[in-house]
Amino acid sequence: MLEVSGLTTRYGEISALRNASLLVGAGEVVGLIGPNGAGKTTLLNTLAGLLEPSEGVVIFDGEDVTGSSPERLLRMGLALVPEHRRIFGDLTVEENLRIGGIIVSTRRRQSLLEEMAEQFPVLRQKWTTAAGFLSGGEAQQLAIARALMSEPRLLMMDEPSLGLAPVMVDVVFELISSLRDRGRTLLVVEQNATRMLDLADRAYVMRSGAVVAEGTGADLRADDQLFDTFLGN
Amino acid sequence: MAELLQNLIDGLGRGSIYALLALGVAVIFGVMHLLNFAHGELITVSGYATFWALSAGWSWYLVVPLIVAVSVVTSLVIERLAFSRVRGADDFTLLLTSFGVHFVVSAIFLLYVSPSVKTFSRPGWVTNTYAVGFLRIEVFDTVVIGVTVLALVATSLLLQRTMFGLALRAAAADFDTARLMGVRSDSVIRGAFALSGVLAGIAGIFWLMRAGNTVPTAGINPMLKGVLAALIGGLGSLRGAVLGGFVLGLAEVLLRSRLPDSLASLTEGVVFLLIALLFIFRPQGLIAVAHAERV
Repeated sequence: MLEVSGLTTRYGEISALRNASLLVGAGEVVGLIGPNGAGKTTLLNTLAGLLEPSEGVVIFDGEDVTGSSPERLLRMGLALVPEHRRIFGDLTVEENLRIGGIIVSTRRRQSLLEEMAEQFPVLRQKWTTAAGFLSGGEAQQLAIARALMSEPRLLMMDEPSLGLAPVMVDVVFELISSLRDRGRTLLVVEQNATRMLDLADRAYVMRSGAVVAEGTGADLRADDQLFDTFLGN
Repeated sequence: MAELLQNLIDGLGRGSIYALLALGVAVIFGVMHLLNFAHGELITVSGYATFWALSAGWSWYLVVPLIVAVSVVTSLVIERLAFSRVRGADDFTLLLTSFGVHFVVSAIFLLYVSPSVKTFSRPGWVTNTYAVGFLRIEVFDTVVIGVTVLALVATSLLLQRTMFGLALRAAAADFDTARLMGVRSDSVIRGAFALSGVLAGIAGIFWLMRAGNTVPTAGINPMLKGVLAALIGGLGSLRGAVLGGFVLGLAEVLLRSRLPDSLASLTEGVVFLLIALLFIFRPQGLIAVAHAERV
């Protein structure tokens, strides 16, 4: 579904992402792990169209989409739940969800809103509250629900558990596994490497802007040296 | 007491026009982080359109929709020719570009039309008044306030109830994230310029009816009022811009009638002094907004 080869993204002189390649197959859950500053967020932001790559090719569904705008990529079915959630604090929960569904028809948007209200009882309770008043965990659920409103075929998430209370981290991981069980294709950046490896079909390990290892969760966990060096506990 | 009430009505009439101009400035600042010093040019261009249309024998009933149409088209053309090329540039570049547009538009009329004042006839009712108890109210102020209230309600409904309004508010809060949701940057920015053009057009109708003339530099005054009112209200806040417009209008009228005769001609200067004081004590304006990153 997604084929990335030799992707390089620069901020001025600095290459935050160097020659990164990865594959995500339809229905797969792929993890992207590695220490802070490894280039994970840069990779996702480049794939979502927020950053322009200086080299490399991104193929989505057989089409070359390198350097496309975020609004075009979303219409092709590629959505990103951005780092730090980035919900619209002045807009209500409902309005945040509506804006997430701006690309679908009015009727479809309405039925998706009802689905989200059912799937996320926490959000239903705060439906008309300004989203800025939500707790971190609620805001993360809203950010994920908002991305689902566009009915993406590939959903990317950037650090969905970052900064959440432990009980909320559990909620977010349960949500990710329920999305997996429903056959969603996911590409998830997580600092919580152990839990991500349990959940993912495969994972890529990044360090200093490059992809340094790839394998199934079990493979990567079995590689003690890799685990200690890059992901260490 | 009677004088104060009279001042309030006059101030609201004047403030209405400023509020419409300021709202247009705030809408564009919201999505693009551009403080539009070319906003008054919409009135310059509309002013010449009014002059030509009236000279050609059009009635004011036809000129009114013409002004709004010319203002919207001008706003969109300026966006396409100038601002679309500097999207995403730093604030200072945007500011200089808007100054550039302001000077280019004045220069075009100066060079290709005439440096002299072009006058046109004002509608007869502009100077009519009617009595309510001890007050003498201008028909003009009544119409201005009424139309402005309708325009503000319509704008508010547009922003609250439509997908375009939602997209505009989302883009103003966080442009990149709005794009991640599928909000097209072109549509939302052009939409903002169109909305700003409609609002400036409505303000322009009244501005031109009252002025009865236009010159190449006619845009400076409405631009200053709109930008100042938006700054007073707190840049980026739409409610603040409307509030700022009314505050500025009321301040001008009250000062002009209260200052001793020898100082009355310094009203503008005193207004600027008060604005300077406001920014010393409240630099964020009357209503503060948190800004995320812009395009």
